[in-house]
Amino acid sequence: MGTQEQSPLDVEALRADFPILEREVADGVPLVYFDNAATTQTPTRVVDAITEYYYEYNSNVHRGIHQLSQEASIAYEEAHDRIAEFVGASGEREEIVFTKNTTEAFNLVAYAWGLNELGEGDTVVLTEMEHHASLVTWQQIAKKTGATVEYVPITEDGTLDMNAAGDLIDDDTAMVSVVHASNVLGTVNPVSELADMAHEQDALIFVDGAQAVPNRPVDVEAIDADFYAFSGHKMAGPTGIGALYGKRHLLEAMDPYLYGGEMIKKVTYDDATWNDLPWKFEAGTPSISEGIAFAEAADYVDDVGLERINAHEEYVTAYAYDELSKLDGVEIYGPPKDERGGLVAFNVEGIHAHDLSSILNDYGVAVRAGDHCTQPLHDTLGVPASIRASFYLYNTREEVDTLIEGVEGAIDIFH
Amino acid sequence: MSMGSDMYRQQILDHYRNPRNHGELDDPTFSHEGFNPSCGDELEFDVELADDGETVENVAFHGDGCAISQASASLLSQELPGMTLDEIDDLDRDDVLDLLGVEVTPMRIKCAVLAEKVVQDGADIYRGEKELEATSTEDDE
Repeated sequence: MGTQEQSPLDVEALRADFPILEREVADGVPLVYFDNAATTQTPTRVVDAITEYYYEYNSNVHRGIHQLSQEASIAYEEAHDRIAEFVGASGEREEIVFTKNTTEAFNLVAYAWGLNELGEGDTVVLTEMEHHASLVTWQQIAKKTGATVEYVPITEDGTLDMNAAGDLIDDDTAMVSVVHASNVLGTVNPVSELADMAHEQDALIFVDGAQAVPNRPVDVEAIDADFYAFSGHKMAGPTGIGALYGKRHLLEAMDPYLYGGEMIKKVTYDDATWNDLPWKFEAGTPSISEGIAFAEAADYVDDVGLERINAHEEYVTAYAYDELSKLDGVEIYGPPKDERGGLVAFNVEGIHAHDLSSILNDYGVAVRAGDHCTQPLHDTLGVPASIRASFYLYNTREEVDTLIEGVEGAIDIFH
Repeated sequence: MSMGSDMYRQQILDHYRNPRNHGELDDPTFSHEGFNPSCGDELEFDVELADDGETVENVAFHGDGCAISQASASLLSQELPGMTLDEIDDLDRDDVLDLLGVEVTPMRIKCAVLAEKVVQDGADIYRGEKELEATSTEDDE
């Protein structure tokens, strides 16, 4: 790690892959898209994968004998293998369940594993920086099962208090559910160390990789995660598709989460048996084109190079951090610039995040303003909302200059 | 298309920095609070009615949030004394937007109308026409 002197990417060439980046907003200024932690833009070849499916082999999967169904089934099933390979799951498709998004992956495990396995006396250990996707899900499953949810606190600089984690993860702990990279603080958590701590207590660990998989090489087996989830639309893929990685023996032991077509092997009026992994967890007609395009997005980011994407994000983020720090009254949340993922969440004294976002829109700058699905974390930070600028492989330092110009413009108006 | 910066005219900034009728009443006839969940804006209005039980005599508000939500509360608070509860019921979104005197961009309308909705819901609850814990702008937008 460490901040980069220059970007390893040919950003100008890459920007040509994303037609949307050419558009103008707010009375004719160029779009500066800094809302990548919410969703990334989609390159032509990923959109083409969707179009090709609908124009050439649109058909339902798994069922048909006819040629289109065969082609669709093979492409959809192979997409699972590709995503498995992308995150280092050696069990291939049997360890990758396609879900709607990361949130659905959490619900799948919470219902299919948690409802059966959790009970009074069990703890589920989360962190104070969890996204609502995991926080609300475990909180509500705990209420149903009598389990207790505990939160590893964050330190002053926005990193996890690992001593506290060591105390909280004990022999009552059944599940540790932790975000890999925070969508607000930019903190990258020591998930491998946390996995060891969980396993020493015979607990499982579920890692939320929504903000990590798009911008760094991830190997679920090196982490030794039991479950790992991420979304397609945050890694240059389409919405409506995400993945749950689960260790094969765990997925095998779990009951289905949704019942219906595609997920069964044999059905009578009285009973049914379940299909093989991962189809047991993919009831009904799935998001076929999205699944195929998800694999195309994995190819795209691999071709660009995840190490290089990561280095490029550091290059842009460090600059944004430095330039924002120079402005009076700007408070940035989270760890120092050389220890964070590709985003900066901040507030400007005396200007509410929504007012600042409205003014930034005049400069063409798209940022997130709000609690970013982390209300409890914002309570901990003591602010109702923040502005978040999050970067991806196509962003430039020149675009950061436009952000800074917009923040200065807002300060001029409000002070 | 209106520009975001155009919303922040002098009047709005003035009411945001120096809100009128800001605080709490000692003995309000009714109080009601509301939230704008997507933004985190919060407002609570205290209303004191005259002896006729119909006409607003005094009003105070406090809260936290963006310039649009807090300025619209301040501007509305100046209009309320002398109004009857029926007249408050008849207020609509355009009345508040007129008070603000700027074109509010679509995503910010919720911020602008929160104050009006809080006061209207408070009046309805007081008159037994509505049961509601707190007003939320998500409910009926």
